[in-house]
Amino acid sequence: MLLAALLAIFVSMMLILVRAFAGPSVCDRVLAVNMFGTKTVLIIAVGGHALGWTSYVDVALLYAMLNFVGTIAVLRFFESTLQEPPA
Amino acid sequence: MSLLLDILSGLCLAAGSLLCITGGIGLLRLPDFFCRLHAASINETLGTPLILLGLVLQTGFELTSAKLILIALFILATNPTATHAMSRAALHAGEKPVGDGHAQEESSSKP
Repeated sequence: MLLAALLAIFVSMMLILVRAFAGPSVCDRVLAVNMFGTKTVLIIAVGGHALGWTSYVDVALLYAMLNFVGTIAVLRFFESTLQEPPA
Repeated sequence: MSLLLDILSGLCLAAGSLLCITGGIGLLRLPDFFCRLHAASINETLGTPLILLGLVLQTGFELTSAKLILIALFILATNPTATHAMSRAALHAGEKPVGDGHAQEESSSKP
């Protein structure tokens, strides 16, 4: 079942990666990268558990925090350029 | 007891994997940014803690499972926040939801 979960997360990561490359707007890419980061947390946790490396849970926790901070930082960075010009 | 825990953990992992794949397909196939945001955020907010809960049930009563629960709680708190920030940024950037005019027509035609 762990292998099936790893496979499912991997397939979902590939689908997300297609959207991240093809996304028409910046927001699509930010959403896809955020989702990709959460899937990376999952794959680190599940893979570490499957291999018996318990210390990888710490890496997953740190990655979850960095993913959230990174998403918010990118959104703040693009906030000025994303503004719609006044019509 | 161990068999019951294994079955429960397998069910949690299967449900989480299904939600992960559904979120990926929704992110790829839905027509609009807000639809994609809907599919992505909901599937992720439920699917990630389900997979982590499956791992917790397999690990047992240890420090590692406490860390896994911490990750799940953190993702439950931050994922809706990030989604909200993204939807607000998209709205400020002028993304139009698909079918918005149709909904306005329907609401204006009602007495």
